[in-house]
Amino acid sequence: MLKVDHLRVGALSPVSFALAAGQCLVVSGASGTGKTRLLRAIADLDPAEGTVMLEGAERGEMPGPAWRKLVRYVSSEPGWWAATARPHFAADLAAVIPLIEALGLSGDILDRPLAELSTGERLRLGLIRAVCGRPKALLLDEPFSSLDRAAAGRVEALIGAELDLGRIVVVVSHQPAAILSRARAELIIEAGTFRLVPHAVPRVAWSEGGMGHIGARRA
Amino acid sequence: MSAVSITTLDLAMAALLLLLNGALSIAFQLKLERKLSIAAVRMLVQLALAGLVLSFVFRQSSVGLTLVVALVMGAVAGYELWSRPARRIDGWWSIGLGTGSLFLIALLSTLFTVGVLIRPDPWYAPRYLLPILGMVLGNALTSMSLTFDVLTTAAERERSAIEARIADGGTRLEAFEKVLADALRAGTLPILNSMAVAGVVALPGMMTGQILAGADPFEAAKYQMLILLVLAGAATLAVLAAGLGGVLLLTDARHRLRLDRLVAY
Repeated sequence: MLKVDHLRVGALSPVSFALAAGQCLVVSGASGTGKTRLLRAIADLDPAEGTVMLEGAERGEMPGPAWRKLVRYVSSEPGWWAATARPHFAADLAAVIPLIEALGLSGDILDRPLAELSTGERLRLGLIRAVCGRPKALLLDEPFSSLDRAAAGRVEALIGAELDLGRIVVVVSHQPAAILSRARAELIIEAGTFRLVPHAVPRVAWSEGGMGHIGARRA
Repeated sequence: MSAVSITTLDLAMAALLLLLNGALSIAFQLKLERKLSIAAVRMLVQLALAGLVLSFVFRQSSVGLTLVVALVMGAVAGYELWSRPARRIDGWWSIGLGTGSLFLIALLSTLFTVGVLIRPDPWYAPRYLLPILGMVLGNALTSMSLTFDVLTTAAERERSAIEARIADGGTRLEAFEKVLADALRAGTLPILNSMAVAGVVALPGMMTGQILAGADPFEAAKYQMLILLVLAGAATLAVLAAGLGGVLLLTDARHRLRLDRLVAY
């Protein structure tokens, strides 16, 4: 359970919501309204007043790095500290290769200079990096930006599979339709306030990539 | 053997070259004449005062007076450290930490050099203590400024890489690994260069001074070796203090990157 209670992000009104394992929340709103800042505050990347709890533990109860391993923020433009992707992955490459294939990336991508990759390729690699860390919650910032339809579909399928594994997912997206079908609720930022729109009966459905899942989820 | 004394007339003659430059600057409208004359006059006044004060302090040879002069030197160095960079970290914390560590490192290295290595009589002899403190302070100051400048510039440039590492659950030291290494390298560069060219490309200032004052060149060289070793030690400590202190101030206890603490000057 990820519980956000009266979290203050910038000048926005405080926001509260709770997500159980396997639940997804979509955050939408115009550019510059504070969607990214909300995700960064939850990941404890920026100071923010309010309570954020994961499985009963407040973020302040554990060191920042430990919290961020559990509550993983994925930027819309992931940063890199080495020239190629490979050094960014801890030893466990066995888990990385299937994900590279699932997201439609070429096998040699780990050893190609990151500077030569497309924005969409780097975005997907960043997503893989986060998923490999097996966090409890994934905070995805615009995971479909700069992706074509096929690639976006693969990312959707990956997010669906992560939800099925019990991961909590918060997605900031300008194209919420893509992920809305799996979302428990949509959090809309408008005029400096948050509006939570619950989706009582998520409609379905992942048909791509063999990760299909049909049926109503906990509302 | 002692040095040939310089008269006021000699000094005035030495300024002739500068006057020539001033004339050229006016002739070609380089607008340098004002800056040149201000810098030259300032230098003359500063050095004259330094000479007079040091003569007085050396004659008195008292612990208290030596300490006062040392503290004034430390305060000026601290002010320079604080006022020089293009960006600095907001708050008294950073000023105190910077000035404090600079002065502590310089004072300890100087006391070690004078009290343990040179051992003059009395041990605090200002003739030895103050010039050495000055050299150590100046060097450590340059090293610290350089380290801090590279650290802040690189932290801003590499912001996304640092934040990526932090978002991945890395600690602040892990996140700053590369940037810190760059900053430490930059900070130690001047003293490494000084040691590399000492005696080959240029005779160090202190050795030149001793030779002009009539010392045996080999004795002067030994003094210079001692000083360079101490300067290198102190500069490296100062670089480490500035680098690690800078990382701590640019992040917080939750290992978050806090570039918001940097203020442009």
